[in-house]
Amino acid sequence: MDSAQLLIILATAITTATPLVFACLGETLTERAGVINLSAEGTVMLGAMVGFVVAKTTESVWLGFLGAAAVGMLVALIVAYGAITLRQSQIAIGFVLALLCSDLSSYLGNPYVRIPGPTVPPAFPIPILEAIPVLGPLFFRQGDVLVYASYVLIIGMWFYFYRTRAGLTLRAIGEQPAAAFVRGHNVVALRYLYTLIGGAMIGIAGAAFSLDFKAGWSHRHTAGYGWIALAIVIFGGWNPLRVALGAYLFGILQSLASVAQSSIQDVPTQVFTVAPFILMILVLVLTSAGWLDRLLGYLPVTPRRALMRALRTAPPAALGRPFEQD
Amino acid sequence: MGLFACATAGFGLRVKVELQHIHKRFGPVHANDDVSLTVEAGTIHGLLGENGAGKSTLVKILSGFITRDSGVILLDGRPAHIRSPADALRYGIGMLHQDPLDFPPLTVVENFMAGSPSTPPILNPRAAEREFRRWCARFNFDIDPHAQVGDLTVGERQQLEIVRLLANGVGTLILDEPTTGISASQKTLLFQTLRRLADEGKSIIFVSHKLEDVEALCDRVTVMRRGQVAGELDLRPLHAGAQQASSHHPEIAARIVELMFGRALAMPTKPPTRRDEVVLSIEGLVLRSDRLEIRVDQLSLHRGEVVGIAGLEGSGQQLFLTACAGLEPPAAGSIHIAGHNLTHRPYADFLRAGVCYVPADRLREGLIAGLTIQEHVALRASGRHFFIDRAEVRAEAERAIAAFNIRGRPDTYVERLSGGNQQRTQLALLPAPLSVLVMEHPTRGLDIESTLWVWQQLIARCQQGTAILFASSDLDEIVQYSDRVIVFSGGRVSPAIPVAELDVELLGQMIGGRF
Repeated sequence: MDSAQLLIILATAITTATPLVFACLGETLTERAGVINLSAEGTVMLGAMVGFVVAKTTESVWLGFLGAAAVGMLVALIVAYGAITLRQSQIAIGFVLALLCSDLSSYLGNPYVRIPGPTVPPAFPIPILEAIPVLGPLFFRQGDVLVYASYVLIIGMWFYFYRTRAGLTLRAIGEQPAAAFVRGHNVVALRYLYTLIGGAMIGIAGAAFSLDFKAGWSHRHTAGYGWIALAIVIFGGWNPLRVALGAYLFGILQSLASVAQSSIQDVPTQVFTVAPFILMILVLVLTSAGWLDRLLGYLPVTPRRALMRALRTAPPAALGRPFEQD
Repeated sequence: MGLFACATAGFGLRVKVELQHIHKRFGPVHANDDVSLTVEAGTIHGLLGENGAGKSTLVKILSGFITRDSGVILLDGRPAHIRSPADALRYGIGMLHQDPLDFPPLTVVENFMAGSPSTPPILNPRAAEREFRRWCARFNFDIDPHAQVGDLTVGERQQLEIVRLLANGVGTLILDEPTTGISASQKTLLFQTLRRLADEGKSIIFVSHKLEDVEALCDRVTVMRRGQVAGELDLRPLHAGAQQASSHHPEIAARIVELMFGRALAMPTKPPTRRDEVVLSIEGLVLRSDRLEIRVDQLSLHRGEVVGIAGLEGSGQQLFLTACAGLEPPAAGSIHIAGHNLTHRPYADFLRAGVCYVPADRLREGLIAGLTIQEHVALRASGRHFFIDRAEVRAEAERAIAAFNIRGRPDTYVERLSGGNQQRTQLALLPAPLSVLVMEHPTRGLDIESTLWVWQQLIARCQQGTAILFASSDLDEIVQYSDRVIVFSGGRVSPAIPVAELDVELLGQMIGGRF
């Protein structure tokens, strides 16, 4: 494999991972506010179906995305109402919704299975930036507006989290809602807001599949992506940059699998579709296992501290716990 | 934010705070029953009462954390509409909660910026750090702006909160039990800071169940009992001649105690011991942990004797106590209980010999959170029977609750009990004939009534022949109840000194290492 080939594989990986980036960032936003939206699997599928159907009937892909965002918000609203207002188990609500929505997508989307529909028009390479060696061909000759949008989203979300007052408040309500409350913030309203926005992004991820990267609709079109998004958020330590990195890693595993599939003929194709998921779990286990700490223990102090800070992650302290004012 | 700015401008410095006829119910509990309180500007006003007297509820109402059922809040005579912490902050009222309400994973500067109206939409950590350092320098606080808040001590987190509230323009500062869990020097610094803020004209409400703290700091005190105001006293006479240390005005203290409990409390007194029969004897004991090594050459505990251990925390007291209870094997030396050599024998042998250990951390080591009182009773009795005789266990738990005056039911979870009632439960669970009782901080975190009650029980045990070995950071407690005292200081252990030869001042010197 020469370097040009490698570059192509990596560029493809970034393209493939783009819908996942949307879903992962949506989930990150929600979880940072202290709410787990476990319905991601169902929301992505329902978003894919609704996005396709709306785009097909209105002949507008952008309305399709809007529809997917709306349905993502609707599902998130159910999660938010159950978790924040009724203070019920977020795990139970999310899990049931995940199952319900994926079946609902098959049921409601049945008439639209495997028919041609509108897709996102191709975009152009970004001038100037595309001329940068390696990075240019990798990131800026993607020919897809959603990929470019995802870059903006990743950087923007990171900036929002760590450089703005509103982002600081967001992290605060996920860590210690009572402390945010005594500082005068409306914890309940903010949690609703971020759960809804996050849900919209997860819905958009679905439409990104059906209208762009995996164009079209069929039963269980995006199966597995919602679950892997939940795992990537943990792997990424609830940090937008690292979460995006996790999504790209998954994309690379998928591209490698498709390359391997074309070169090794006698292994069933299912092996290669499933392999990235298994590899991803392996990566998750390895990066979160205790042996990494022990290995880091052999390093001298200065690089160890930096690495520890980069690798060590803790979930938002109030994740999954309802906020109760006395 | 514009609203904030004009509101705080209106309520700058020197705000007189009045709460009138406040009512608050939590289900059947009338936590605040027609409570009225006036805090003059530029004073430190103490709010004193037992745990559960309604102090926290009242100040949480003032700070908007809890909404009142009825009643009026007046600031400088004008009614204030406080229904949320955001409202209270607009009126310049800030509260330091009992458990620090901050963000442990964030840095000090991020905590300082969070929720501050002067924080710009795009964060400017450098400017915030500069401002933070300015505030810290003003009050001699020494906090690393880049540290993670979770790594700070409780006292430092408190200082951070004070600075943050002041930077947000707070004119009325409420502190809920601020002296729990902070060091003596942090307490001194806190009191200096509060005095200075009061002199600058801020109104300060100091909530505490510790009489001595209120006496030392406050200008006036309002005593609460069972959700009502029991009375109010002027404490300034206490400070008038406060130059000579510990100038006690016993009549004021007695009056406050009477207000708190509705009657004068009798101090339990420890009758002298005969010192005839030795129950615990230690020879040439050497104990090692990762951090320290301590040696105790010789110590004998007699029947019915109380020996107190004083010293800075972490000087090896816990190591010594656990060794005496048979939980920690000594590196050298011997431990005899009632004449039998139990050195290096298993813990079960110590238990059989009548040795019992009551740890300081009631919920982590002493009791089992998640189990009820009657389940604790059943656990203690666990013997050969496979099934639990529920009726009998319940009856026994009810007997213990009645005998030990525990405010709880047999099916109350122990973590739901107050600190005093947890300690009562621990005492209730101790086996009846005991030869040696080893206790770590027997009354830490308890209110005055529970403290006195615990010692009544312990003295009653002594009269039945139990010897007590206890460590405490409360020197008054050590001098009052011990027959003899040992001091731990920097790895050294003093010989046991009869309490008649000691006073609190001498003890303080010994803790500093002079013996």
